Amino acid sequence: MSTAVRETAAANPVYDVAAIRRDFPILSLRVYGKPLVYLDNAASAQKPQSVIDAEREVYERCYANIHRGVHYLSVHATDAYDASREKTRAFLNAAEAHEIVFVRGTTEAVNLVAQTWGRANVRAGDEILITALEHHSNIVPWQMLCEEKGARLAVAPITDSGEVDLAALERLLTPRTRMVSIAHLSNALGTVLPVARIAELAHAAGALVFVDGAQAAPRMPVDVRALGADFYAFSSHKIYGPSGVGVLYGRSELLEAMPPYQGGGDMIRSVTFEKTTYNSLPYKFEAGTPNIAGGIAFGAALDYVTRIGLDRIGAHEHDLLAYATQTLSSIPELTIVGTAREKAGVLSFVLAGVHPHDIGTVLDREGIAIRTGHHCAQPVMDRFGLAATARASFGLYNTRDEVDALAAGIRTVLKMFR
Amino acid sequence: MSELRDLYQEVILDHSKRPRNFRSMPEAERRAEGYNPLCGDRETVFVDMDGDVVRDVSFQGAGCAISTASASMMTESVKGRTRAEAESLFERFHDLIVGKGGESPDESSKLGKLAVFSGVREYPVRVKCATLPWHTLKAALAQNGATVSTESEGPNAESGGA
Repeated sequence: MSTAVRETAAANPVYDVAAIRRDFPILSLRVYGKPLVYLDNAASAQKPQSVIDAEREVYERCYANIHRGVHYLSVHATDAYDASREKTRAFLNAAEAHEIVFVRGTTEAVNLVAQTWGRANVRAGDEILITALEHHSNIVPWQMLCEEKGARLAVAPITDSGEVDLAALERLLTPRTRMVSIAHLSNALGTVLPVARIAELAHAAGALVFVDGAQAAPRMPVDVRALGADFYAFSSHKIYGPSGVGVLYGRSELLEAMPPYQGGGDMIRSVTFEKTTYNSLPYKFEAGTPNIAGGIAFGAALDYVTRIGLDRIGAHEHDLLAYATQTLSSIPELTIVGTAREKAGVLSFVLAGVHPHDIGTVLDREGIAIRTGHHCAQPVMDRFGLAATARASFGLYNTRDEVDALAAGIRTVLKMFR
Repeated sequence: MSELRDLYQEVILDHSKRPRNFRSMPEAERRAEGYNPLCGDRETVFVDMDGDVVRDVSFQGAGCAISTASASMMTESVKGRTRAEAESLFERFHDLIVGKGGESPDESSKLGKLAVFSGVREYPVRVKCATLPWHTLKAALAQNGATVSTESEGPNAESGGA
């Protein structure tokens, strides 16, 4: 019996996961009388006490509108909000804090670039290049831009294992390619993309690079300058912070040259009815009162993951993914979708004869939360001839025991539908 | 597991594994396609009418156990009925699975075998799975040729109040 226990625990735990779990109040919840097994982190991650406290403390101690008031509270709220911007700069290793634009989330970041940089720089006949494993949010904004401009959306194919076909991508780069927009980590398949290599190819062809880092930022260290990303976006809610806050990083000279996004307060320097001059970076892109408390609590989330270390979080999740891949592979009816050589955090699968929705419902009653469906990546599903998959995705607090619970749950599913 | 059996009753599992009338009817005069954008499920319902009466009805497509069983049992239930009878059966079925009435023996007897779907009311996110075939049938009967979507009725149209 002790052997079984020893086998389940990681040989060399990266950190004390039990201690980490105590930081997340929701993880002690029981659902349908069973301990919660939360494996839907790619959709959204749970929040540590420090983030919950940070948001509450804003409202209890330092809330007022920012960048406006001369009074005590406004000054303190502004300082705290701007501190989050500096933390984000350090997190991404960006050169300047003003290269960090706060938005609602990754989706808004893509739309912002498509609607401002795109509107100013993309002409009829130009091309935007994406890959076949993108989330809808990294497809549709570019599609809208292409439609408006008479430009073309080119799509680099993926292989049967779910890797981007780099040779094909290279062939699709043309003198008309203006932007290459790619995920850093696929939300549907778990594939890690060779961003630095793709950026080299794109830059050599004279194109810019936008990186959707929604899934990567919570799971691996990100250095936008080492990657060669001209733009990089991610969301607070997937990195243990509040929802409704996201980040757009853009190189200074690109952001400077881009027209503003939305018009309104805070994004202007002066307004008359004849002429408005716009504010400096990043405020030019931040019209209106933002999610103040959320932005400050997002800083607490960055503090939290930075304290643990993104390399250690990555190593922990790598162990879970390897263990889950091995454990689930022993179930004959189960097929893993997405078998790229480099993967992180995400395990998509199908069961012969059982629809993913039915898997999800049965697992739910076992207290296990996974995602089922097309994961906002319908072209990926089409590529594999599937309508949907079941997806387990890991966070820094998940354990090998939870992977065992998932495997047991899948056996319950099979028993029911056999 | 025992609670799940309220949803996945033996009759439902049987119909999901061996759906009845699961075939294409290329000659059918009426057909419609149903689509659930949340899960990507698609199915086509074929209807052959004899005047106002459903002479034959069949379906094809891929879906979860609930939607496949619902489609299968629907085809058995509406064959030989008038369009009005089929639509009124859908209304009762809908009330049953969103938990509006349907509890009385009277209602259950009108629904016949379809009463096995009463467990769906405990699973509001699965209501759309059960109603997709019926929405599709309704569109086929109305012969408007449109693709019906579970999302076409506005926010929470079929959320069953949850």
